[in-house]
Amino acid sequence: MRSRNLSWLLLGVLFSSSTWAESSINLTEGVTGVSHDVYDLHMLVLYICTVIGLVVFGAMFWSMFFHRKSKGHVAATFHESTKVEILWTVIPIFILLAMAIPATNTLIAIENNDNSELTIQITGSQWKWHYSYFDQDLDYFSVLSTPRAQWDNLSGPGEEKGENYLLEVDKPLVIPINRKVRFLITSDDVIHSWWVPAFAVKQDAVPGFINEAWTNVDEPGVYRGQCAELCGKDHGYMPIVVTALPENEFDAWLKEQKVAAIAAAEAEKASLAERMTMEELMTLGESTYVASCAACHQANGAGFPPSFPALKGSPIALGDVSKHIDIVVNGKSGTGMQAFGKQLTLKQLAAVITYERNAWGNNTGDVVQTADVKAATGK
Amino acid sequence: MTTSTTDMAHDDHGYMATGIKRWLFTTNHKDIGTMYLWFAFIMFLTGGSMAMVIRAELFQPGLQIVNPDFFNQLTTVHGLIMVFGAIMPAFTGLANWMIPMMIGAPDMALPRLNNWSFWILPFAFTILLSSFFLGGAPNFGWTFYAPLSTTYSNGSTAFFVFAVHIMGISSIMGAINVIVTIMNLRAPGMTYMKMPLFVWTFFITAYLLIAVMPVLAGVVTMLLTDTYFGTSFFDASGGGDPVMFQHIFWFFGHPEVYIMILPAFGIVSTTIPTFSRKKLFGYSSMVYATSSIAFLSFIVWAHHMFTTGMPLIGELFFMYCTLLIAVPTGVKVFNWMATMWRGSISFEVPMMFSIAFVILFTIGGFSGLMLAMAPVDFQYHDTYFVVAHFHYVLVTGSLFSIYAAAYYWLPKWTGHMFNETLAKAHFWCSLISVNLLFFPMHFLGLAGMPRRIPDYALQFADFNMWVSIGGFAFGLSQLIFLAVVIKCIRGGEKAPAKPWDGAEGLEWTVPSPAPYHTFSTPPKID
Repeated sequence: MRSRNLSWLLLGVLFSSSTWAESSINLTEGVTGVSHDVYDLHMLVLYICTVIGLVVFGAMFWSMFFHRKSKGHVAATFHESTKVEILWTVIPIFILLAMAIPATNTLIAIENNDNSELTIQITGSQWKWHYSYFDQDLDYFSVLSTPRAQWDNLSGPGEEKGENYLLEVDKPLVIPINRKVRFLITSDDVIHSWWVPAFAVKQDAVPGFINEAWTNVDEPGVYRGQCAELCGKDHGYMPIVVTALPENEFDAWLKEQKVAAIAAAEAEKASLAERMTMEELMTLGESTYVASCAACHQANGAGFPPSFPALKGSPIALGDVSKHIDIVVNGKSGTGMQAFGKQLTLKQLAAVITYERNAWGNNTGDVVQTADVKAATGK
Repeated sequence: MTTSTTDMAHDDHGYMATGIKRWLFTTNHKDIGTMYLWFAFIMFLTGGSMAMVIRAELFQPGLQIVNPDFFNQLTTVHGLIMVFGAIMPAFTGLANWMIPMMIGAPDMALPRLNNWSFWILPFAFTILLSSFFLGGAPNFGWTFYAPLSTTYSNGSTAFFVFAVHIMGISSIMGAINVIVTIMNLRAPGMTYMKMPLFVWTFFITAYLLIAVMPVLAGVVTMLLTDTYFGTSFFDASGGGDPVMFQHIFWFFGHPEVYIMILPAFGIVSTTIPTFSRKKLFGYSSMVYATSSIAFLSFIVWAHHMFTTGMPLIGELFFMYCTLLIAVPTGVKVFNWMATMWRGSISFEVPMMFSIAFVILFTIGGFSGLMLAMAPVDFQYHDTYFVVAHFHYVLVTGSLFSIYAAAYYWLPKWTGHMFNETLAKAHFWCSLISVNLLFFPMHFLGLAGMPRRIPDYALQFADFNMWVSIGGFAFGLSQLIFLAVVIKCIRGGEKAPAKPWDGAEGLEWTVPSPAPYHTFSTPPKID
């Protein structure tokens, strides 16, 4: 009885899950010339393997059916044939040549990074991507935007998962179609790998080295990918989203970003004069902490020592304020602690430092204002 | 050769210590082989239970059971245990048991070394597994790429490095023993080209081990000093290069892949002729193919690294060399096919596992061919397609061959026939579940699911559920094997000296179970 209930439950889960999203079973054809070539190569090898498989397995099954002892088949005595053995050494070499020639051509095309019209530096860090447009004064971080309540089901079912679960970010990379876009890929900490299947671009982000890749997208759209190299705890939570816009829309978008950047700089300047209350700082601090710090140091400040130390009761959060500001703004080299000075606004920095000094029983009572952060770091 | 071996029939001949002392102090190749095999099976179940937790977590999207950091510890230790704790010791166990009996030697050439190379293994895995309780196990993948395993390690690097060192020492000693035994203790008249192919494959494997295990020892030592003593081999900020780590690691890692598959070739080259009642087709081309694969395995390592930013010329070189491996591997598969062709085939359990090996290993070979194509590898690399590929090669390849060997020689080892119904149940349950487990992983990888992630997008949900169900079923099926072995040790139909009518080889000339000491006087081979 119980086992029958269990199997019904299992069936129910299976069927409900199939309504979530379409499963695909083959490689994407993608939206670039290279991705089409790669897809064609993939299909070519797949067909070759299928044919060889049919022949070899066919012969094996033939002998399994017709050359069996139970049917009274008597074994032949041959055990070598130079002719046959040379044949099945030479024929595969020709098949391999038929595969290697188109593969070489595609590879040469993939590695040709010349004549790009736009260059974007992509920097991976645990666990976010940073995009910097060359000669455009534009750079920003791109972070997973799926709320924690959707994916953290350790203590309960959590919220229902959205359509682009784990494949959505706060600010996607925006590129134009029909222009050759070159990517310079590197990392701030461990090795990551920037992968967008629709472009057939996968390139490792290696700390201290810069790798090149490029794409030229045919169709506007939103393309999603993920980090493809194990990069620590939240490797599964650093997706890539690329929005490809028609050329004119892309140019308009670039202008918009510049206006927004000027406005942000002015807001930053204005915030220097602002004196925030403890409550305001704590509220903003908490939301900033959850978004930027909790992945490592945990929402309760306990961290995952020894890689990610606890902030609750830590000597830095309880000690000298300027040292605390310094480590948050500039990071700590040789550890996973990033320099948040370039990721957060002065206001957010002040708030999050105040929060860390007063949350979870770290009751220092210290209030850090925007101007303090500015003064301590000269940011 | 003959004079030295005949004089070695000591006065303590036939003496066997009892209780725990027999196992601790034994220098008998059969005892040590048995211990290797049991150790491998225990490790297989340990690594397997980690896989069960991994599959349970991946049963549905979302984090349900383990946190991402512990998930990474599980995938890492699962890989390390299966490679170094299950597959490799199982092969060493088979080598220990069978090589002396196949070449007509009284024992391995270096029996005390043999004892030591086994008995340091439990310590290695105790160190590795204890890290779970001492601040967290290695969580940087079994490939331990720097700097994730150095600067950004969770403090488990030292445990990992010392465990790997001990495993490496064990492997090197085992390999030396195999080489010395084969070179010096062959029965008179057994020339190299008369050795069973099983012996040949272990001979070549042993050379691979001696060549690459020191490289592994070197790279983990560099890892250790980078982590704890301030060197910068793999740290760009100190002038080092993280990609150099991968070059050194895969220079070990790729031959390692063949260390885990060449012995499997030897096993099925023994079983398929037996149950086809026909001599192995193309014996000498098998020897040459095995040697070519071993040679090529040293010049293909960077096909694991196509996305690291290699220059075009490097990518082309490694792509061409990798494609070339398909030629000798193809020769092997064709030869097995030709061995079966017009034979007189019967389907005893070792044969069933061997046929499954040939077909499923070939599927793993096909995906290997696809992965060798550098431009397409940009899409496959680090996805579930790769996971599917190496599990086809290692589980339905290496593991299935080990099962074939175990069923083939169990009557010789225990003196009893195994329960055929149970053994067939083990085969069919394994065969069906293993394909449900690993085949859909191809689809997942092609659809874009990266490997080593604890949670995934919704379009991967259906296949992951099937994969997990296959995984649980495959895990449970392995307990049937345990039951078969225990039953077979305790009793069963008495096995004759040669239970398989088509079998050939010296091991079948001694009674079943094989006496504690065999071939004290070497047999004569014409």
